[in-house]
Amino acid sequence: MKSENQTFVETKFFTFAEPPHELVLESREKIGPITLAYETYGALNKDKSNAILVCHALSGDAHAAFWHKDDKKPGWWDNMIGPGKAFDTDKYFVICSNVIGGCKGSTGPSSIDPKTGKPFGLSFPLVTIKDMVVAQKKLIDHLGIKKLLAVTGGSMGGFQALKWSTLYPDDIVSAIIIACNHRHTAQQIAFNEVARQAIMADPDWQKGDYYGKSIPTRGLAVARMIGHITYMSDQSMNEKFGRKLIKGEKLGFDFTHDFEVENYLKYQGDSFVQRFDANSWLYISKALDYFNLAEDGTLSSAFKDSKAHYLFISFTSDWLYPPNQTKEIVKAVKANDLDVSDIEITSSYGHDAFLVEVEDQTKIISHYLTRIFKTAH
Amino acid sequence: MTNTRLDHQIILNIVEQGSKVLDLGCGDGSLLHLLKENKKCSGTGIEIDEKAIYECMAKGLSVSHGDIDSSLADYSDKRFDYVILCESLQQVLNPKRVILESLRIGKKAIVGIPNFCMLTARFQLFFQGRVPVTKELPFQWYDTPNLRFLSLKDFRSFCDKNGLTIIKETGIPNNFLSRLAPNLFAEIGIYLLEKR
Repeated sequence: MKSENQTFVETKFFTFAEPPHELVLESREKIGPITLAYETYGALNKDKSNAILVCHALSGDAHAAFWHKDDKKPGWWDNMIGPGKAFDTDKYFVICSNVIGGCKGSTGPSSIDPKTGKPFGLSFPLVTIKDMVVAQKKLIDHLGIKKLLAVTGGSMGGFQALKWSTLYPDDIVSAIIIACNHRHTAQQIAFNEVARQAIMADPDWQKGDYYGKSIPTRGLAVARMIGHITYMSDQSMNEKFGRKLIKGEKLGFDFTHDFEVENYLKYQGDSFVQRFDANSWLYISKALDYFNLAEDGTLSSAFKDSKAHYLFISFTSDWLYPPNQTKEIVKAVKANDLDVSDIEITSSYGHDAFLVEVEDQTKIISHYLTRIFKTAH
Repeated sequence: MTNTRLDHQIILNIVEQGSKVLDLGCGDGSLLHLLKENKKCSGTGIEIDEKAIYECMAKGLSVSHGDIDSSLADYSDKRFDYVILCESLQQVLNPKRVILESLRIGKKAIVGIPNFCMLTARFQLFFQGRVPVTKELPFQWYDTPNLRFLSLKDFRSFCDKNGLTIIKETGIPNNFLSRLAPNLFAEIGIYLLEKR
């Protein structure tokens, strides 16, 4: 619903790594130029000490808050970012950028390869969470910000915030990490792999070379449906749908849709293919699976250089990134004598809670940021 | 500081300026807040109740959501100047391990316990034949959060057996009688401990 006092924002673009100064990725492949789509909300203060970077999840984008001219709904975290909200834009300068490998204005597999004049497709190099963070750092440098007050995000956004805190320990004051693990478990990789297989099994996928042709909508829709199941909880699905039949009709005794949950998933899948690129899903889900904060040893040694204050938020019904996995990171941070707070919020919304549980998260985050801002000054 | 709890006041007097503290079972964070404001202490708390976590955050405190029993192994040795267990020891599953762990991660521990064997409790037990319900132990047998029932005497002998030195014992109320015979007249005992 649009209201009278809605604020309009526009996505901005930053291009860097022009040849011959291409960015060297974790895979050792080079890529450049790279464009990042980003948005900013609020105003940067005089000493540039009030900047907060918001990192988005798998299917997110730079449009985190407020409205675009043609929006039917505001940015994906609009309930958390704005005047008087958790990330209060009257106090803080909030930045959100689309990840590399994405399809919402940043360089990714659907971008045009300057060497061939055609979309990259699968010739786009594999990117990692670290690569996403390295690219964001270029943007933050470009904005003239030496130290971020906070880096935050839920789900994959939390992965990036974690990586920021260990990769650039001198450049952030705090990390607010929500509904997150420090590496994918076999189960999390398995869900991603089923989604990838759904895309790649679609005959329209054509080994990623489908741009300008028929796109693999069925495969991507199924991938999204699988994702959606893992984002909700048994309880939230039961509350929303139960075994309700479509329009209260009788069972059809055929393979058309009987249950409302089937219709819901179809709707989620079908609307998603209008706004997301199948190859980007493959790339980003792979980046998630590759991420391992403890890759160089134990999890606690991953934080040995970190100086950040940490806040971790998890949700009781999140079975994709359950609270005990967040607690493991909390333990590792504690072992490094770092300042850490954590809370497990009671919620029935599953993994999606980080987008939905506004009131509780706001209470926690707004007070936390007030303290951190004081500490940093 | 007009409405400060007496046990908090006693702990505030023990803790030195600028100390690093860990408050186990910190509740709404009022003790941590008091220590931060009046003694410039840094530190953190552990609390199991979700609602209390919001109150701690609102006070600008650092706090970890979890139970005491499983949270202490995370910390390195002698990381805190004081580890505080203010009326939470009787609610943990493994009090012996919690105290010993507290004195591994903290240089000193401050432990406050309700005295199950004070005079009024003994009267109820002896003359009424009832399990005591007192001001400091206000619960019925079926709804008490307390898992352990001990006297100040029991606690002293526990410390002795486990190589812990009692640097200071303060009874509440802190009056002539409770100083004379704490195990009979103190409702709460507050102990400053260190490892021998």
